[in-house]
Amino acid sequence: MEKLISPLPKAAARSVATRGPVLAVAQLHKSYTIAGERQEVVRGVSFSVEPGECYGLLGPNGAGKTTTLRLCLGLTDPDAGAITLRDLPVPRSAREARRRVGVVPQMDNLDPDFTVTENLLVYGRYYGLTDAFIRARIPQLLEFAGLGSRADARIQTLSGGMKRRLTLARALVNDPEVIFMDEPTTGLDPQARHLIWDRLKTLLAEGRTILLTTHFMDEAERLCSRLAILDTGRIIAEGSPRQLIERHIEPQVVEVFGDGVTSWAQAHGHRLARRMERTGETVFCYAADASGLLRSLETQPGLRYLHRHANLEDVFLKLTGRELRDS
Amino acid sequence: MSRPYVLPACSLRFVPVWRRNFLVWQKLAIPSILGNFADPLIYMLGLGYGLGRLLPEIDGMPYIVFLAAGTVCFSTMNAATFEALYSAFSRMHVQRTWEAIMNAPVTLDDVALAELLWAVTKSFLSGLAILIVAWALGLVASPLALWILAVIPLIGLAFAGLALAITALARGYDFFMYYFTLVVTPMAMLCGVFFPTEQLPPALQALSAVLPLTHATQLVRPLLLGTVPDDVPVHVAVLLAYAAVGFYAAVVLFRRRLLK
Repeated sequence: MEKLISPLPKAAARSVATRGPVLAVAQLHKSYTIAGERQEVVRGVSFSVEPGECYGLLGPNGAGKTTTLRLCLGLTDPDAGAITLRDLPVPRSAREARRRVGVVPQMDNLDPDFTVTENLLVYGRYYGLTDAFIRARIPQLLEFAGLGSRADARIQTLSGGMKRRLTLARALVNDPEVIFMDEPTTGLDPQARHLIWDRLKTLLAEGRTILLTTHFMDEAERLCSRLAILDTGRIIAEGSPRQLIERHIEPQVVEVFGDGVTSWAQAHGHRLARRMERTGETVFCYAADASGLLRSLETQPGLRYLHRHANLEDVFLKLTGRELRDS
Repeated sequence: MSRPYVLPACSLRFVPVWRRNFLVWQKLAIPSILGNFADPLIYMLGLGYGLGRLLPEIDGMPYIVFLAAGTVCFSTMNAATFEALYSAFSRMHVQRTWEAIMNAPVTLDDVALAELLWAVTKSFLSGLAILIVAWALGLVASPLALWILAVIPLIGLAFAGLALAITALARGYDFFMYYFTLVVTPMAMLCGVFFPTEQLPPALQALSAVLPLTHATQLVRPLLLGTVPDDVPVHVAVLLAYAAVGFYAAVVLFRRRLLK
């Protein structure tokens, strides 16, 4: 069983002090000039994150997830809208607000000139923590990250998963109330992803708040108590994973593929499914009750099919469309 | 950042960022210190004794003394420039170190100040190394030369400020070659490092008079000879002005680049 990270001395007082949402965002707008063209990448985003919850921002590439995180951290100024982080106005008091925020960025930016321990020590200093305090905390952080035996290793010798875990440990050096994570498991293998998820659950159990961006639906479904689906700078749906599935999609899905799928879809699928979508050679049939579809498919030896419950990915694809987002 | 032109708002939060760079330097301190000595020493001894033997005294001093003063300034300029260009660019763009730092309660202005002062620190070590060599060779006339220790950071500030502004515009390391070719190398030829500026045609002398390195050599050379320089406030003001304009431009350009 992993060891819990012991909080900073002020932690007890802090947990009483924060009553409202940890993060509140209202009517956020942000435009960039990209290649001479003005583009609004965040278009009226509003949401709030309650203490102790894991809130997810889901969206395809270019939906505005990372920009929204940067705005919330006060790293860029909004064109319009209001942000309150830990009861402090952002960007005006962003620096003060960030004192108890941890950030796991999308791309690893560990310090390549330092060892694992030095990375944590130097990073803790940026928060104004004393060397003695950080050094006392480092063994716990390394234990939490599963890097206990790598304290003096150089960064270049770590695997991708180890680097991610060290980045997570680094984000905890200041005992944050809230952790911002930008696609924390992108590029990791399944074992490494599960280990990160396990650690995030531990942090949630400790009462910390997590704001997560991801485009992995299973990640969002597993971790997030609530989430918002972002597309082209707007929130197009918000709720718990279960609520979103119930609200937006039929509970049963049958994916059909193989020779003759087109003629089957026209002859039977349309009649038996409440809704159908097609991507390439696969037809997705959505239904409240799939038994009619399954009976029909059993008489079609040329077709293969997969029957499953609807998931967040179905919601996501229904709401954001199936075309590729290359950006 | 919606108001990129406001003056830099710096805080003591720059200290841990400066310490980060110092810790990296400590790991490579010995080769770095040897480099501080070796490269300019080879220049100074080679040109000073080799070329100096062929030359008459310049303004009443042997060529090696003339050159020693120039080398203090030249070395300081190079060290500050190199650190604020290549090394700062690595940390800003290649390693994304700044991005990580700015997720902590440290602002871009603090990071820029830390980089400025770190480049000044590195350049101080370089200038100091030349001064020590000059002293060991018996080229230092009086304790007045200790004032050079106060001038070196001014030179470092001026060139670190300018170089940071260039870094803020750079898309890659290649960009810095333009700055060296168009600014740093001509400056070395025009500002009284290797020969007196009086040797230049009048038009170039006029240009030379407004370049920061000229004001550096005009402070350092008399101090090395044991006399008080003329027009000290002017020279100090020019170096500080270059530092201020360069740093302000750098901060504005960094904001436009990184906080958009």
